[in-house]
Amino acid sequence: MFYREAGDFKTSYAADNQTFPIAFDRYRYYIVLLIGLGVIPFVITDYWANAILIPFLIYAIAAIGLNILTGYCGQVSLGTGGFMAVGAFTSYKLMTAFPGLDMVTITLLSGAMTAMVGVAFGLPSLRIKGFYLAVATLAAQFFLVWLFNKVPWFYNYSASGQISAPERTLFGIAVTGPNAEAWAKYLFCFAFVFVLAWIARNLTRGSIGRQWMAIRDMDIAAEIIGVNPLKAKLTAFAVSSFYVGISGALLFTVYLGAAEVGEAYGIIKSFLVLFMIIIGGLGSIFGAFAGAAFMVILPVALRNFFAGSLGWDPALATHFEFVIVGALIMFFLIVEPHGLARLWSLAKEKLRLWPFPH
Amino acid sequence: MLDSTEEGYVTADGRQIGGVVMEMRNITLRFGGVVAIKDISFDIREGEIRAIIGPNGAGKSSMLNVISGFYNPQEGEVIYRGSKRPQMRPFQVARQGIARTFQNIALFEGMTVLDNVMTGRLNHMKASLLDQAFWWGKAQREEVANRQKAEEIIDFLEIQHIRKTPVGRLPYGLKKRVELARALVSEPSILLLDEPMAGMNVEEKEDMSRFILDVNDEYGTTIVLIEHDMGVVMDLSDRVVVMDYGKKIGDGTPTEVRSNQEVIDAYLGVAHD
Repeated sequence: MFYREAGDFKTSYAADNQTFPIAFDRYRYYIVLLIGLGVIPFVITDYWANAILIPFLIYAIAAIGLNILTGYCGQVSLGTGGFMAVGAFTSYKLMTAFPGLDMVTITLLSGAMTAMVGVAFGLPSLRIKGFYLAVATLAAQFFLVWLFNKVPWFYNYSASGQISAPERTLFGIAVTGPNAEAWAKYLFCFAFVFVLAWIARNLTRGSIGRQWMAIRDMDIAAEIIGVNPLKAKLTAFAVSSFYVGISGALLFTVYLGAAEVGEAYGIIKSFLVLFMIIIGGLGSIFGAFAGAAFMVILPVALRNFFAGSLGWDPALATHFEFVIVGALIMFFLIVEPHGLARLWSLAKEKLRLWPFPH
Repeated sequence: MLDSTEEGYVTADGRQIGGVVMEMRNITLRFGGVVAIKDISFDIREGEIRAIIGPNGAGKSSMLNVISGFYNPQEGEVIYRGSKRPQMRPFQVARQGIARTFQNIALFEGMTVLDNVMTGRLNHMKASLLDQAFWWGKAQREEVANRQKAEEIIDFLEIQHIRKTPVGRLPYGLKKRVELARALVSEPSILLLDEPMAGMNVEEKEDMSRFILDVNDEYGTTIVLIEHDMGVVMDLSDRVVVMDYGKKIGDGTPTEVRSNQEVIDAYLGVAHD
């Protein structure tokens, strides 16, 4: 009834091409922004920030990044964890080497560094496809983790092999280190998510996005109409790794504070982000958010339910959590392979007609 | 043989055909020991509809693949607009203004019709990655300008009603038309059509024939097509190349080709005695 395009006439191609063509969607988006910026920072607590909000925001960036590569350009990657580690270690080296550098620059430089590493590991994608490419990126994952473990220069020769983020401020307010407050960390991550999601949307609706999707859907036909496969694939790797690198940097500097590479950026991270985009929906920015929310909130919710409400032994609750998350992933793959984004768009289709059946 | 002078010729229906756009000179293409194309030469002239016909396995599609840069022939050369074309990748050939459609549809199934057609415009879009990322100035202007061209072609091929439909949901006949739209929108100087009417019913064939003639008439596009339906070929094309077992056995107007003994033998078979 209220969710419809009828009567909302577009008079220019620019208007027809906007992200939320339906007025209701636009208002919903503004409301989400308003709550995200105007309400949450004032009511946020350490628990909410650390358990849900900050990991959600950080993983959303990684999921958008992987979705650009896998969902839009069709290149499977299992190296996400390794690329996140590149971002984390770049930011660590920059923070310790240049204490005066502000965090936004550091984070962006970490992304840029990861983009370069991503392009290097993306080169094989020109020759190999599908599963074989997945294996090649898996090699990147193991190689990078091994490298950061093996070369002490990366962790500044610390005895434990760990890296820990010193306190850094932005506009005089601490955003990293133990004294950073929840709302500051939240807003810092929120700003990155907002800008990066907007850029991702712009890229995917423009010429380069169509080139990525063309490569994904049929690479031979893409080449015949003039897509340079080398350029298209490598830009996808670069942009994707840029996002993943920023995510990895934020995960270390803002969220974890201290990290050991094998543990924080191991193969499990790669799978986690991959699950996020599969559950959320390949080839959809909304899907990246939905998947990140699902994978971050579900374990917390289950843990609270089992250990909190039912009073189970925490160890048992943790095992159950694994079982249920695993079962849900299988459920999604079988019942709705296109993920939450598809469910969402189906719901919107229905809503357009509601309350009529046709 | 037609009076094909340097300046071109006038077709049966009175259209003026221009000079040579592309010339295939002694093309030989081998796959290992198999000779797919054997020493074939022919030319394509500005504004004409040129058909390549022949029985199955004659090497027609291979010929088209040579023109569009998929295969590089072992011998011979492709002369495009007066100069020898070096070895090129297909996307470079596309940038020279050669577009094509495929025998089995090669659309981007996950994208909408509009996105498919817009992808065909990519050689006209020059905004940098940064411009596109922030969607400012050039990127936005370019998107709108190219959308206009895309809509023009969508209009021309009468697929307005499906412009926001994902291609995967369309029936076969419409997909063929969308593929033509995607090739046409790049404003090619030569349009290669690989069996544009395969698997269509009579009505769809009539539609497609009309579109091909309209494209040629309206935009002056040179068209090279492969087709099995002899009626269609004879009606549409200005000149026909006939291939059999990788060799050229005939070349000329439809009337000439139809009365060529070698061509009749290839199609109807000949008694070996």
